[in-house]
Amino acid sequence: MKAAVLRFPGSNCDQDAHLALRESGVDVDYVWHKDTSLGGADLIVVPGGFSYGDYLRCGAIARFSPIMPAVKDAAKGGALVLGICNGFQILCEAGLLPGALIRNRDLHFICEHVRVRVENYETPWTNAAVTGSVLRIPIAHGEGSYTADDATLRDLNRNRQILLRYVDARGAVSPEANPNGSLENIAGICNAARNVFGLMPHPERACDPRLGSADGRIIFQSVLTHLGVRAAA
Amino acid sequence: MSAITPELIAKHGLTPEEYERIKTILGREPNITELGVFSVMWSEHCSYKNTRLQLKKFPTTGERVLVKAGEENAGVIDIGDGWAVAFKMESHNHPSAIEPFQGAATGVGGIIRDIFTMGARPVFSLDSLRFGPIHGDDAQAKTNRRLFAGVVAGIAHYGNCIGVPTIGGEVHFDESYNGNPLVNVFCLGVLRHEQIARGAAKGVGNPVFYVGAETGRDGLAGAAFASRDLTEESKQDRPAVQVGDPFREKLLLEACLELLATDAVAGIQDMGAAGLTCSTCETASRGGTGVEIDLAKVPKRETGMTPYEILLSESQERMLIIVHKGREQVVKDIFEKWDLPYAEVGVVRDDGMMRVLDGGELAAEIPAAKLADDAPVYEREQKPRPLPESPGELPAVDMEAALPALLAHPTIASKQWVWRQYDHMVRAGTCALPGSDAAVFLIREANKIVAATSDCNALYCALEPRNGARIAIAEAARNLTCSGAVPLAVTDNLNFGNPHNPENFWQLAECVDGLAEGCRAFDTPVTGGNVSLYNQSPAGAIDPTPTVGMVGLIESEHHITTSHFKDAGDAIILVGEIGDGLGASHFLKVMHGRKAGRVPALDFAKERAVHAAVLAMIRSRLVKSAHDCSEGGLAVTLAESCLTNREQPIGASIDLGAGRADELLFNESQSRVVLSCRASNASTILMLLDLRGVPARRLGTVGGDELTIKAGGEESRWSLKKLRSAWADSIPNAMRG
Repeated sequence: MKAAVLRFPGSNCDQDAHLALRESGVDVDYVWHKDTSLGGADLIVVPGGFSYGDYLRCGAIARFSPIMPAVKDAAKGGALVLGICNGFQILCEAGLLPGALIRNRDLHFICEHVRVRVENYETPWTNAAVTGSVLRIPIAHGEGSYTADDATLRDLNRNRQILLRYVDARGAVSPEANPNGSLENIAGICNAARNVFGLMPHPERACDPRLGSADGRIIFQSVLTHLGVRAAA
Repeated sequence: MSAITPELIAKHGLTPEEYERIKTILGREPNITELGVFSVMWSEHCSYKNTRLQLKKFPTTGERVLVKAGEENAGVIDIGDGWAVAFKMESHNHPSAIEPFQGAATGVGGIIRDIFTMGARPVFSLDSLRFGPIHGDDAQAKTNRRLFAGVVAGIAHYGNCIGVPTIGGEVHFDESYNGNPLVNVFCLGVLRHEQIARGAAKGVGNPVFYVGAETGRDGLAGAAFASRDLTEESKQDRPAVQVGDPFREKLLLEACLELLATDAVAGIQDMGAAGLTCSTCETASRGGTGVEIDLAKVPKRETGMTPYEILLSESQERMLIIVHKGREQVVKDIFEKWDLPYAEVGVVRDDGMMRVLDGGELAAEIPAAKLADDAPVYEREQKPRPLPESPGELPAVDMEAALPALLAHPTIASKQWVWRQYDHMVRAGTCALPGSDAAVFLIREANKIVAATSDCNALYCALEPRNGARIAIAEAARNLTCSGAVPLAVTDNLNFGNPHNPENFWQLAECVDGLAEGCRAFDTPVTGGNVSLYNQSPAGAIDPTPTVGMVGLIESEHHITTSHFKDAGDAIILVGEIGDGLGASHFLKVMHGRKAGRVPALDFAKERAVHAAVLAMIRSRLVKSAHDCSEGGLAVTLAESCLTNREQPIGASIDLGAGRADELLFNESQSRVVLSCRASNASTILMLLDLRGVPARRLGTVGGDELTIKAGGEESRWSLKKLRSAWADSIPNAMRG
């Protein structure tokens, strides 16, 4: 398999995503935002950061990047598209995922380890987990409060598109466990076809026990399993 | 052209003698542009004219030092296998006092630029911050909260966006910082030895490029502004505060590193303090050459700017690059790729002059080396302050009330409210979360683990400056040791009041002596830093604050050690003596409202023995936690080890033996570390420490949901919940108010 990590001006988690994939044994390349081809990648990662400075609205300018038509085509063609943090925001702005991410409830940027519960393991992104698995993964964002209209939320629930929710240490969804005010504690969702996934937590920062957690590997291992590639030990 | 009047000279912060010196250098009267150029280059911020003689006392050499203090934008040291780190600390105190958000943000931008100018990729930052008290309803507390919130938000804004994690540092609160907060920012970057870039204008005939953001009228003469006292009227200096754009700097960082990886660059210098002026004359001076630039070619964001304004602007995110002739296209291609402005603005000459043209017309012409290096040097008058008064008889204090009160003092309280706003995990290398003794970072490129800390107990420095500074170094080294690191080198940020006040200058000289002694004792040369004087508001000078940034190396990932207790049943061991006396303690300050008493004695030999012993125990993999004992004494150290793991706090039961309870709990004797280990290893550790001649004793056991301490026949007990709420809620509660 081949993976592509997009680089927008202002991307700053591109190197971390590249490293996490490389260490999972994936053949991975960077793709510049001014390019128009993804080189046939099976997995496209839209990394975190502050694309174009995010001075307007997070992800609002990145969606107009020259590379984005190729990303939309690839998604339509069934390629896996993963948006992490700013990448999630960009995928929402680009219409590849429903809903939007707005300012955190307390208006501060928040960086800390959180726990998220896997709500549906039957996806390319979560098959290495079991439903109810609790992962410890850091978040780092100022605008990560997920919001959507009632109809969208209903569809997300009905189609089991909500893949991750913020939970407490016991694995329970609670207001206290919700770091940013997201609707229904939503931390990550996929599209109806399951091939586009956006999440606010940073799995690429949780792939090394020396950093306090390796739970993020479960996401990358799931992708490899889905694509029929044996994960590196 | 306007005539140079004595008023104009005074307005530029130059003395009549300095003006005479300028005339001698030029052999004529300067024009207004040249006067402006001299005024910023000869400000304390750029020239160190009041402190240069003092700074000479620092040890600056060592086998690991690759770029020495003062040579370049930042010092560089060897970390092995062909890898090196560049690091430096710098202040942005004055701008932050006037406009906290932008002041702090541009401070971060400036120090990051200093690091990548060296050819290094910035890896992480630390911040050492000081404010007046934030609790209370009075106008001063409200102002302090506004400054604190603004500075933290500004650091977060810049650091988070540019993607350099802010992984530690310190925040202190004291009345002396009312109206004059301190914002000292540290950044460290990694590079190969052969990648070290130089800020010299080499090669006569080489073109000079301006790259990065356009020049505007912001930050006019900020270096000069930073070199005088803060007054009520300082608010009118708001135009002297720059506005930062971290997105632009992220592009500049990537473009510069991409360019430096080619062989097109002959020299590179960032435009920080004194902007275009400083970068042109310093590169020429270092290169032993001259530089000629034409201001008409400089990208500008405003029209009608005069040469004076263009030269003195401190607009952010700009660099000067000297390019090997014939390689201009490489620069153009890279900066076009990153959508950044660039312009060829001049050329390297052989005449030693900084020559500034404006559309071909001469605007300024000054001998570069004399401008950069021949600033006047002053030995200021010193007047010693008396030794601190003894605290005398102290009224009895309830121990069970004292510990929560100390933990709630914002200097000691949890800084989670601060860290949470900083992205401290980007770049996937943070091995110890903020709040441990030192920041620990795995540098992936080099496969090296670096530890760094910033420390200064300004209360000690106020009472006994020399001892306070010696302790600042010892504490920094102790923090690194507790994290499993060997200290390598130091950057310092000297924050003091107006140097024309003889007592202030005496404090500075004493602190420099103390730092120099400490650096020699731990074999940690000073590789750079910054001086910030005139830190005084109408209420007086700040407590002398020589902030120490120290960098160390951890040999193996198995040596990474954190400060919190791990498992029930583990033994708790004190390395060092139990200590006595309450001089200069936070207990005295918080519980009795006194800054008094002698500063704890520090014996370097004893301190070094403790560090060597602790490191040996860590390397033997016998130690589960190590925490240095500092502000608040043993009781606070123990409570912190119980609480620091936010997700799993754990209690302890302790016996401190016989003596006065308040002294046993809260004395701040030096050379002490609290370890925890598996109970079965306790006797081995005690025996090994005894063999080394290092005093040690078992204090108690980890476990339960209480901290209990027996001391002098008294037993005090606190629920973890109570301690946690005192410690963790103090700052959030103040900031909600």
